Amino acid sequence: MAEQDWKTNRGVFAAVSLPTLLWVLLFFLIPMAIVWLYSFGENRGLTEIAISGTLDNYKRATEWLYLTIFGKSFAVAALVTLICLIVGFPVAMAITFASEKWRPWLLLGIMLPFWTNLLIRTYALMMLLGTQGFANKGLGVLWEGASWMKALVGLQPLPTWEPVELLFNNFAVVFGLVYVHLPFMVLPLYAALDRLDRSLIEASLDLGAGHFRTIMRIVVPLAAPGIVAGVMITLIPALGAYLTPDLMGGTDSQMIANVIERQFKKANDWPFGATLSFLLIYAMFILIALQSMRRKVPEAH
Amino acid sequence: MTEPAKPIIQIKNVSKRFGKVTAVDNVSLDINAGEFFVLLGPSGCGKTTLLRMIAGFELPSEGQILIDGQDMAGIPPNKRPVNMVFQSYAVFPHMSVADNVAYGLKIAGVKGGEVRDRVAEALELVKLGGFEGRMPDQMSGGQRQRVALARSLVMRPKVLLLDEPLSALDAKLRAQMQFELSELQEKVGITFVTVTHDQDEALSMACRIAVIHKGDVSQLATPSDLYEYPANRFVADFVGSVNIFEGKLTLDEPDKAAIDCPGLGKVYLNHGVTGPHGADVWVALRPEKIYLHVPGAGKAVRAAAEDAPDGHNFARGTIKGMSYLGDITLFEIELESGARIRVSRPNLSRHDQEDFTWDDKVSMHWRADSPVVLLG
Repeated sequence: MAEQDWKTNRGVFAAVSLPTLLWVLLFFLIPMAIVWLYSFGENRGLTEIAISGTLDNYKRATEWLYLTIFGKSFAVAALVTLICLIVGFPVAMAITFASEKWRPWLLLGIMLPFWTNLLIRTYALMMLLGTQGFANKGLGVLWEGASWMKALVGLQPLPTWEPVELLFNNFAVVFGLVYVHLPFMVLPLYAALDRLDRSLIEASLDLGAGHFRTIMRIVVPLAAPGIVAGVMITLIPALGAYLTPDLMGGTDSQMIANVIERQFKKANDWPFGATLSFLLIYAMFILIALQSMRRKVPEAH
Repeated sequence: MTEPAKPIIQIKNVSKRFGKVTAVDNVSLDINAGEFFVLLGPSGCGKTTLLRMIAGFELPSEGQILIDGQDMAGIPPNKRPVNMVFQSYAVFPHMSVADNVAYGLKIAGVKGGEVRDRVAEALELVKLGGFEGRMPDQMSGGQRQRVALARSLVMRPKVLLLDEPLSALDAKLRAQMQFELSELQEKVGITFVTVTHDQDEALSMACRIAVIHKGDVSQLATPSDLYEYPANRFVADFVGSVNIFEGKLTLDEPDKAAIDCPGLGKVYLNHGVTGPHGADVWVALRPEKIYLHVPGAGKAVRAAAEDAPDGHNFARGTIKGMSYLGDITLFEIELESGARIRVSRPNLSRHDQEDFTWDDKVSMHWRADSPVVLLG
C-alpha cells in the first residue's frame, strides 16, 4: 500500500497536496519571509521601510532591556511549564488509572476549556482574581469568620479584611498561563502513560518497590517521551504568550510578545518588531532541535 | 522429590467476583513447599486471577490465602514473600539486564558487592552470564524471559509465580524451556506455581496439576493420574484427546463392570465403577488406546481382546478421515452406529502409514482397563 501511495499516483498526489502547499506558501512562508526581510531593514518615514541589509536591529535587540525581557519570558515560560508538569502528571496518572467508565468524562473535563474562547476564559479568570473577585470575597468571608470566632472566645478580633492583590502582577501571569496551558501538558502525558504496560508497574511492586519509588524509577522514565512532548508543547506557546500577560500582568510583567506587539503598533518600528519576532522563532527552533537530538528512550511495548 | 508435604500456600474458600462475574468460585487448595504446581485451564477460567490473588494484585472477595502460614489479607504485593514472572515478562525496557536483576535487591537494601555477586549468580543460573550490559530491546523473547526469571529468582522468594511463562515462545523454544524450567526448579528448590492453558506444558513440568474450570478446581492430581484417571468429562476432554460415549451401566461388580453404549457398543471393564445400576454414565476412551485392524483379522481381534467377554470392547467402522503427523497417524472412523471415533496409530516402521486409507473398512478393539467411566 505504502509503495502505491504517491510513487505510482503522482498526479493524484500532486492534485491533493497542491492546494495545501499553495496555502502554506502564500499565507505562511511568504509573509514570514517578508517579516524576515524587514528585520534587516530600517524605517524611512512613517510607512516606508527600506530593506538595507542593516544589522542594527539585531544589535539593538542585544541591549540589556530586551535581553532581560527575553530572559524573563524564558523564566516565566519555564516556571509555567514546571508547574504544569507537577500539577499535570498526577492528573494524567489519575485519568490513566481511572475506570473505563470515567476515563472519557475526565478527558472531556480536561478539554472542556477549549470550547470557550481564550479571551473570555481570561476575563473569567480576572473576575475570579480581582480585588472584588470571588477569590478575594471567599477569603474575606473566611477572614470575617475567623475574626468572629476569635471575638466569640473573647480574643481581640482580627483587623478588617484587606483584599489580596491577585491580579495585575507576575503571580497573575503565571497563574493565568498555567491555567491556559495545563491541558496541553496533561494530554501528551496521558497518551504516554496510557501506552505504558501495566505489568511493568506490577513487576516493580512485586519486586518490593513502594508506589512512590515505582513512579520515580519506572513510570517517569518510561513516560519520558510524553514528558518531553508535554514540556515542548507547553513551553513554546507559553514563551510567546501575549494575551495573558497583556490582560492579567502588571507594568513589570510584560513578556517578549508584548514588546513585539508594541513595536508593530505604538512604536511603529516594524523592522525591530520583526527582529524580535525572529529571535523568538530561532529560540524555539533551538528548543525543537534539542528535543529531536535527545537520546531515544526505548518505549514499553 | 516432594515427600514432606508441607503446604507453603494455603488457599481457603477463596472467591473473586468482578461485578456480576464470578472469576474464582470458592476454591480451596494447598500447594506444597518445593513442588512444581500448575494451574491448568482454558482462557477465562479464573486461573490467572487465582495467581494474581496469591501475588497480591487482586484481593479475594471472600476467603483466605496463607503463605508459609501467614495470612496475606492486607499485605500488599511489595511485602509478600513471592515473586512473579509476568506473561509479557515486564522487563524494564529502560534498564540494562544487570539493573533489571538488581532492581529488587537494591530496594531491599542489599549492599553493592553482594548485589553484584547475586546478580551474576542469578544470570548464570538462567544461562545469561555475560549479558549484564545488554538492553532488553537487544534481546530475543526467550532471553527476556530469562531476565524476568533471574530478576525474580535473585530475590530468593518462597514461591515463584509464573503467568503463562511459555505462551509467547515458538514451539521449539517452548519445548526446551519446559525442560529448563523443571531443571531450574529442582536446582533452586523454590516452589513454582505456573498458570497455563497448554496441557502439554502442564503435563511435562508439573508435580501436581489443578485443572480449573469456570472458577472451580475440577481435579487436582499428578500429571499421569490426570491423564489416565480423569475425574470428569471436562478434565478428560481438556487434558489430551479423548472419545466420549454416553451409555448405561448394566453390570457393576467389584472386579468387573459393563456399559452399554448405543454409539460404541458393549464396553467391558476389569474393575468396578461403584455407580448406581442403570445409571447414565460416560465412557472415555483415549485414541492411542484403541487398536486398529484390517477387517479380515476379525477372529484375531476377538482373540486379542481376550480380557473381555465375546462381543465386548470391539467395534467396526469405515475410515473417513486421516491425518499423518509423522510419529503417529490420526484416523477419524465412522462406526456402524454412525458415531465417529478418533484412533491414533504409531508409525513404528517407515511404511506403517500405508496400511490404511480413506474408506477402508476396519475393526477396532481395546483392553478392558483402557476405558474410563465418568459419572459427571
